[in-house]
Amino acid sequence: MRLDVILRVTTKLILPLMLLFAVYVQFHGDYGPGGGFQAGVIAGATFILFTLINGLGAVMRIIPVAVVEALIPFGALIYAGVGVAGMLTGGNFLDYSHLAHDPVHGQEWGVFLVELGVFVTVSATMLAIFYTFAGRGRR
Amino acid sequence: MVLLALLAATTIGVVRVRNLFAVAVLTGVYSFLMASVLIVLDAVDVAMTEASVGAGIGMVLMLGALYLTKTDEAPPAHSPLLPLFVAGVTGAVLIWAVSGQPPFGMAATPVHLAGPDYVQRSVAETGIPNVVTSVLASYRGFDTLGETIVIFTAGIAVLLLLKRASRDGDGSN
Amino acid sequence: MSEIVGGLIAHFNQWITVFLMVSGLYIVIARGNMIKKLIGLSLFQTSVYLLYIAPGKILGGTPPIKAAGFTVYANPLPHVLILTAIVVGIATLALGLALVIRINEAYGTIEEDEIFARESEG
Repeated sequence: MRLDVILRVTTKLILPLMLLFAVYVQFHGDYGPGGGFQAGVIAGATFILFTLINGLGAVMRIIPVAVVEALIPFGALIYAGVGVAGMLTGGNFLDYSHLAHDPVHGQEWGVFLVELGVFVTVSATMLAIFYTFAGRGRR
Repeated sequence: MVLLALLAATTIGVVRVRNLFAVAVLTGVYSFLMASVLIVLDAVDVAMTEASVGAGIGMVLMLGALYLTKTDEAPPAHSPLLPLFVAGVTGAVLIWAVSGQPPFGMAATPVHLAGPDYVQRSVAETGIPNVVTSVLASYRGFDTLGETIVIFTAGIAVLLLLKRASRDGDGSN
Repeated sequence: MSEIVGGLIAHFNQWITVFLMVSGLYIVIARGNMIKKLIGLSLFQTSVYLLYIAPGKILGGTPPIKAAGFTVYANPLPHVLILTAIVVGIATLALGLALVIRINEAYGTIEEDEIFARESEG
């Protein structure tokens, strides 16, 4: 019971920092190393650490399996949606230049939305794979 | 390059050790060493991805799979001479093929034909200083769309293979 | 002098890359345990990352993030390709491990020889 308490208190301190770091890496990917993939993996790892300490039931109350399964294609849909929006505003598929009033701002908006889509899909996939591995149980 | 020698030593460990739990931990160590080597080679984005993906998620998935199967490898049933011979011949051919590369670190090699062009165009056209992100999301955006679809497919396939409708019962085969 | 040092480092680099590739190949061919084969395959993939990124470095350059005061940057194109390759590698590893878990439940073992024996008699 004593060893358990140390783990619980430490992870309670670390988990919010990990999630904050994931969001930082995601949005700061334009100015330093980072971007959608790294941030998605770190966010998935945050929830996996929570599961390791508090059990599968606790994390499934926070993020149910149905929500995770719906989020996996949602990110890919955001990405493709940006591509189609590029077509609708008068360019080719995935052309970001016309998304805002000025081509440079259009590119920035396009990259931002695309990285957001990648983040959602990667973190949801990592979490879903972990849910299935952990929920299988040994016979 | 001390890091590369450590990498080679870890690899020998992965080949020889038979307890699979130890092999999973050694693979995590290998991932961290590879991330350090990548930082020395000036590839910071790739190093961050390799560290978080290889040492983080990779080790978690391997340990999860080991929990669901058994954790010791059986002793090899065939003699290792033929695979060693095949590996040796492949290694010799690869060394001969790779030795034709230009010397390390020179800037006038054919591999640098398209790169500096992107570095110069990136801030002017997209306003993003990180050239890797701008190439990934804007100049080569199609490849990243394909990659997202690949991750989505892998997630769905794992769900199809391993998900159970209820806790007891075998599910459909 | 820097050419001699560059030449020596290049050769060491290449030998280690080929050694990693060959040991990954050896694990895939020679070992019968399926999880070990998957680990050997991922070892092979990481050696290919090294093969791609090492020629992209320029001695005296800096990582490809545009900042004031630097003129020579490393080549960003291999970085982009290898970023994609790493993520696809982990996706295939997850799928391979899921298949191995199913095989274990269907046959009761993950050693290749025992599965072949069971298939040829059953």
